[in-house]
Amino acid sequence: MIEKRDTVIVCLACRFLAPFIMLCGLYIVAHGHYFPGGGFQGGVIIAVSFILLILGEGSARVKNLLPEHRQVVLISLGALIFVGIGFLPMIFGGKFLDYGQIPLLSLAAPYVRYFMILFVEIAIAITVMGVLYAIFVHTIAEREYD
Amino acid sequence: MKVLPLLACLLTGALLVYGTLDMPAVGDPKAPAHLHVAPFYIESSYQDTRTPNIVTAVLADYRSFDTLGEVSVIFVAGMAVIMLLTPRRQP
Repeated sequence: MIEKRDTVIVCLACRFLAPFIMLCGLYIVAHGHYFPGGGFQGGVIIAVSFILLILGEGSARVKNLLPEHRQVVLISLGALIFVGIGFLPMIFGGKFLDYGQIPLLSLAAPYVRYFMILFVEIAIAITVMGVLYAIFVHTIAEREYD
Repeated sequence: MKVLPLLACLLTGALLVYGTLDMPAVGDPKAPAHLHVAPFYIESSYQDTRTPNIVTAVLADYRSFDTLGEVSVIFVAGMAVIMLLTPRRQP
């Protein structure tokens, strides 16, 4: 329902831009091996796409995208993936976070490190995204736009 | 009575500026910071991890314990925000 204070242009522009910003964030996470970027930066940009949706549409409509228990699950999942990847080499007789010891598809150790760096970046991105989204949503929670 | 604090500020500032005179020049390859582990990373990061971006290799492989600490700091910050700013139900 369009009210007097809603602007269709702002709403539609945010809705149009959000998927592209999210794609840019995913690209930065996945491309951290070759260009500046990685988990922290990409996670921030993915969170910004959600925040832009909230800013454009108003917090009442978008907040259900990621309810609170899912935020907790998401934040914990990222940290847990990182710690799990850290403990994985210890099962196979290596040291903590020594990725080269993991027998991943019988690849050579440098390539196992390559893939584990990617997984670690994804875990970092999940955590950073969840935390930034949670901070933003909880900071605006009690104040509706009026 | 404003003279004494001013003198103390000027003296401290002069000492700090004097201290910076011993700093190595910007980009000096012989600076101590560039002689410790940086040559090892530059030489062997691609052989060790097949990652062309040295920063990523250092961040997520060589110094991944540091990154684990950063992620846990962010994790704790997010959990604290969720705990503190969630409105409590009235009993």
